[in-house]
Amino acid sequence: MADSGASEAELVAALKRRDESAFTDVVTTYHPALLRLAMVYCPSRAVAEEIVQEAWLGVISGIDRFECRSTFKTWLFRILVNRAQTRAEREGRTIPFSELTREAEEMGPPAVSPDRFVPANHPQYPQWVDHWMVPPHSWGGSPEESVASHETMALIQSAIEALPPGQRQVITLRDVQGWSSEEVCNVLEISETNQRVLLHRARSRVRAALELHFDRE
Amino acid sequence: MDELSCKQVVELVTAYLEDVLSTEDRRRFDAHLAGCPFCTVYLEQMRQTIAALGHLPEASISADALRELREAFRRT
Repeated sequence: MADSGASEAELVAALKRRDESAFTDVVTTYHPALLRLAMVYCPSRAVAEEIVQEAWLGVISGIDRFECRSTFKTWLFRILVNRAQTRAEREGRTIPFSELTREAEEMGPPAVSPDRFVPANHPQYPQWVDHWMVPPHSWGGSPEESVASHETMALIQSAIEALPPGQRQVITLRDVQGWSSEEVCNVLEISETNQRVLLHRARSRVRAALELHFDRE
Repeated sequence: MDELSCKQVVELVTAYLEDVLSTEDRRRFDAHLAGCPFCTVYLEQMRQTIAALGHLPEASISADALRELREAFRRT
C-alpha cells in the first residue's frame, strides 16, 4: 500500500515541492479505490471518473495548505466523498452520512435465512433448535482456484452493486481495497460498531450469492 | 455459560474474524467450531468470500486523465 512505504510526511513534502513522479505514483495508486467509491454515489462510470478528476484537482489546489492533521489518504478520500455527495445531490440522489448510521442501526436481515436452521418445537430434533438443518456445503479448493474465475468475479461485482449504499462503501474499502477498519471509520465518519455491522451484512450477502452460484453447479 | 447455536455463530462470524469478541465469547465460538463441521464450512466460506473480494479487477486511470492531472499539477 502506498502509505506504508515512503512516509506520509515525505509524500506530502514531495507533492508540495511539485514532484511530478510522486504525484503520478499517488494518482495511479489510489485511482481504483477512488473510482470504486465514487461509483457508489454515481453509478455512471463516466460521471464517477469526472468526480475522481475533480477530487485530484482539489488535492492540487489544497496541498499547500494541508497540515497532516489527518493522513493524506483520509484527506484525499474525504475530498472525494464531498465532491461525490455534491454531485449526487445535484442529480437528486443523496447518501447523507447520517444515512450510513441509520442503515447500520436498523434491523438488518439475518446473515443466513432462518429456514435453514431447525425451528423451535421441531418434533424430531427438539435438541437441535437453531442448529443447521440445511447446512452449507464446502466449495472445495483454495480461494484462488474455486472463487477467482471471471464468472465468479462478475457475480461478486453484481452482488456488491445490489447492496445498500453503506454496506457497499464499507465492503468496497475493507475487502476490495484492503483498508483497516480505522481508515474506513475515518473516511466514512462512522463508529467502529456501525462499520462492523455494515461489513457483516455485506459479507454475509456476498457469501450467500456465491453459495447460490456454487450450489447450482 | 450456554453453548452457542449455529444461528448465533453465523451472526458472530465477522466479530470473530475482526478479533473483537470477548475472551469468553471467543472461547465459546471456538468450542462450537470444534464440534460443528457445518459452521466450520461456513467460516471457511466467509474467508473464501473475503479473499475473492480482494481479487476484483482494478480499473487503472486512462492515459488522457493522467495527462490532464499532470498538467494541472505542473501549472500550480
